[in-house]
Amino acid sequence: MDEELDLHGEICPYTFVKSKLALEEMATGQILRVVVDNPSSAENVPRSLRNEGHEVLGVSQIAQREWAIIVKKAPDRR
Amino acid sequence: MWTEDQIRRYSRHIVLKEVGGRGQRKLLDSSVLIVGAGGLGSPVALYLGAAGVGRIGIVDFDQVDLSNLQRQILHTSCDVGRPKVESAVERLAMLNPDVKVIPHAEPLSSANALALLSQYDLVVNGSDNFPTRYLVNDACVFSNKPLVDGSILRFEGHVTVFLPGRGCYRCLFPAPPPPGLMPNCQEAGVLGVLCGVIGSLQGLEALKLLLGIGEPLAGRLLWIDGLSLEIRSLKVRRDPSCPVCGDRPTVTELIDYENFCGLPPEAPLS
Repeated sequence: MDEELDLHGEICPYTFVKSKLALEEMATGQILRVVVDNPSSAENVPRSLRNEGHEVLGVSQIAQREWAIIVKKAPDRR
Repeated sequence: MWTEDQIRRYSRHIVLKEVGGRGQRKLLDSSVLIVGAGGLGSPVALYLGAAGVGRIGIVDFDQVDLSNLQRQILHTSCDVGRPKVESAVERLAMLNPDVKVIPHAEPLSSANALALLSQYDLVVNGSDNFPTRYLVNDACVFSNKPLVDGSILRFEGHVTVFLPGRGCYRCLFPAPPPPGLMPNCQEAGVLGVLCGVIGSLQGLEALKLLLGIGEPLAGRLLWIDGLSLEIRSLKVRRDPSCPVCGDRPTVTELIDYENFCGLPPEAPLS
């Protein structure tokens, strides 16, 4: 794990927006762990990250209202 | 590096694959000179300001007139009689605190054009008169600045982009028409909303150029007839015999056509 992002209290689309901004600051191949506290973010964030070309390594429910998304940063565009 | 407010304000830009945080940062770090705070300049300034273009210069020496409000959406009834740049600065400050607006309340002339342009990345032309249109064109050629050009009259308008080395307004129209030949908005009228159509397209082209995305409207001139909503894309190209950007240019310094042609000196920007 290279970076971790705690997004408790954050909702869509900002869970994705903040994940995307975090990934932009990382190097290709680095791993980001994002924690969200609502099921729609647990569903939407991985989809949007895949759509951006990143590799979602896993999504798991780690508590009653807590999901962890593990994503590997894709090469920068252009 | 991003404030919570910025993340929310620009979230619809940031989610775009082609923009992202990097593109938004580019916009915040870029600068645009808008010539004229009138019909075209209004939507351009509002959309570029909303988009977070970090530094926006507005050149206009005119005051807000009641007859402007039918189309110049930067200004309100309360602004009548105030300098246009003043109400523009105020309006944009209310819209987006990230944007620094620099008022240039002076007529654009051969004396100040190059110095003004040198402070900005690109130029959007919202002028309504030929002396200014030619001055802006020539100044952009001389200073290698991209120019997003637009014009409106009655129910028609055009928009095009001139990139350095790839043609200019004089390639299409080498010299201004004689004074009095072409009507202006004051004489011929304009359906106000057309300013929004053309100005918004100019804003789109400006943002694309700043972001470096898409295909700029260079080498093409978009002509729009509002009544039929017929839109034509005309191919335009650099003319090697162009008087200013051709192989053997004859125009090598800026010309103040208003003095040259004896047009009334107040020829306002709108």
